[in-house]
Amino acid sequence: MDILVCVKRVPTVGGAITLTADSRAIDTKASGFTISPHEECAVEEAVRLAERFGGSVTVVSLGPAEAEEQLRACLALGASAAVLVETAPGAETGPMATAAALHSVAAAGAFDLILLGNEASDTGGYQVGIRLAHLLGRPVATGAKAIEVSGDGSSLAASRAYRGVTETFSLPLPCVVTVKEGINLPRYPSLPGRLRAKRAAVKRIPLAATGPVPAGDVRMTRLRVPDAPRKQATVLGQGAAAVPALVAVLAELGVIS
Amino acid sequence: MTVWWLVELDGDAVADASLRALTLASGLVADAGGGTRVAAVVFGVPPVADLAAYGVGDVYAVSGVDGYAPQAWARVLAELLGPAASNTAASNTAASHAAPDGAADGRDRSRHAVVAAGTEHGNEVLAHLGAITGLPMAANCVSVSASGPGAGALDLVRQRWAGLLLEEAVLDAPAALLTVATDAVAAAAPGPAPVPVTVHQVTAVVTGADLAVRAVETSGGTGGVSLATARVVVGGGRGVGSAAGFVSLEELAALLGGVVGVSRVVTSEGWRPHSMQVGQTGTKITPDLYLACGISGAIQHFAGCAGARHIIAINTDASAPMMTRADYAVVGDLHEIIPALTDALRGRGR
Repeated sequence: MDILVCVKRVPTVGGAITLTADSRAIDTKASGFTISPHEECAVEEAVRLAERFGGSVTVVSLGPAEAEEQLRACLALGASAAVLVETAPGAETGPMATAAALHSVAAAGAFDLILLGNEASDTGGYQVGIRLAHLLGRPVATGAKAIEVSGDGSSLAASRAYRGVTETFSLPLPCVVTVKEGINLPRYPSLPGRLRAKRAAVKRIPLAATGPVPAGDVRMTRLRVPDAPRKQATVLGQGAAAVPALVAVLAELGVIS
Repeated sequence: MTVWWLVELDGDAVADASLRALTLASGLVADAGGGTRVAAVVFGVPPVADLAAYGVGDVYAVSGVDGYAPQAWARVLAELLGPAASNTAASNTAASHAAPDGAADGRDRSRHAVVAAGTEHGNEVLAHLGAITGLPMAANCVSVSASGPGAGALDLVRQRWAGLLLEEAVLDAPAALLTVATDAVAAAAPGPAPVPVTVHQVTAVVTGADLAVRAVETSGGTGGVSLATARVVVGGGRGVGSAAGFVSLEELAALLGGVVGVSRVVTSEGWRPHSMQVGQTGTKITPDLYLACGISGAIQHFAGCAGARHIIAINTDASAPMMTRADYAVVGDLHEIIPALTDALRGRGR
């Protein structure tokens, strides 16, 4: 089974988000970058499937030259090949343009399964996987918290919980599935894995070489950090002595009668 | 102008998240002035009395698609929008029988919109609609307004980082595809009196490939109240200390008619399953009360609980972010406070 996994390099966000002077990006001077969490799970899922069925795991990222770091992290987790669709420094690529560029990579291989995160943790567009599937003419299931591939590798069942109900999508391969954190617990890279990742070649393709960029994406003008609610917490007391006051608040809020 | 409002049902009623979407849809209509309307699109049996109460008199009831099939739903919405709304040159098919007046004439087309809840279903259906029509789609909007008088473009504000960051953006397209954040826009309130409702029957025209992407539903086994819609959530974090420590939180949650939610550390430690996680990569909650016990409050966690109407925090560290951002705080050890609170509540019940 040959699997393509699409991953995104995103800022590591810690205590608070601060923006660059032009308010068009997150200031990352004091933080690092990581793989968007849902996508790290997508890589783990792909590696497990390849361990079971044989085949290969190719990771692709659309991002700046530095996204090579995240691709090597995927290689350390067990991916076998990496492709970087390189964008200009500081440029944001919208969901339609991203899907088109990923499509050129996906269509160039014969992948049985294409995995993505359900949404990127930074931009949260919720659409690249679905747009990619339509460009490929393949079925797509999203938000998967479990993937069961049939014994002969010809179909899969992707399931998720929604409003207390389990929804299962049964799709023939080849298909596209977007996954969410919780589908698995990604492994720590092994030492041999890290050494292999260091030596591996990352194929680079300039974004412009992937074909025409579709126009029409939503255009970001600026970012802003929402005002934190200026609440002054009312301290009800210390320890169990605060319980009567706590009960009174629960009654006041209508939680208990 | 027609603002198509995709209605999600929760049982037989309009889902809370869809009522939040209705607020934004109504705002678009008010912005545009006369000759505009919100038209509800319901797959299945429309909750007519509910829709009348919320003042939505135009209802399109779609038959021919069983259950949840996102690509088929999107195909129907694309038909309702009409060919004028399509960005693809190939879409020159005849206008759908259900297309609203003016949808196909191209003059007013920039003002049409499809608005859905920013739920897994809403985001999924509108992404399919974007892919089918070639239109851009903006997920999890918190506000939208016309860029200027007579302008086709919309100025919008949408959530990034699950709401930790806001993006101001311009959407310039033949029709605006928008989903609405489930935790940042107030739910629409019923009008002063019910309006008369006209139900238009729509028969879905979809392909086999559209129907192939379809959910088979089985009861989740969780039963009872779901985390996303619970009115009371008792949260537990690192301070709970162990898997066994959650028993007292679950007892308290049951007494309050609520459910337990957890922070990310709890699921990485394996104390509770990921399905109980509140936060950016877990579930977003919108309860009346979030009782956060032993949770320090990483910003990714706030992304999941910012929609709570009231927060009470219990923590040994009075300076933890969760304690300073809560409405009420109790300083102390949850292992002492929670059993005492449970006893006090049981005492009241007698």
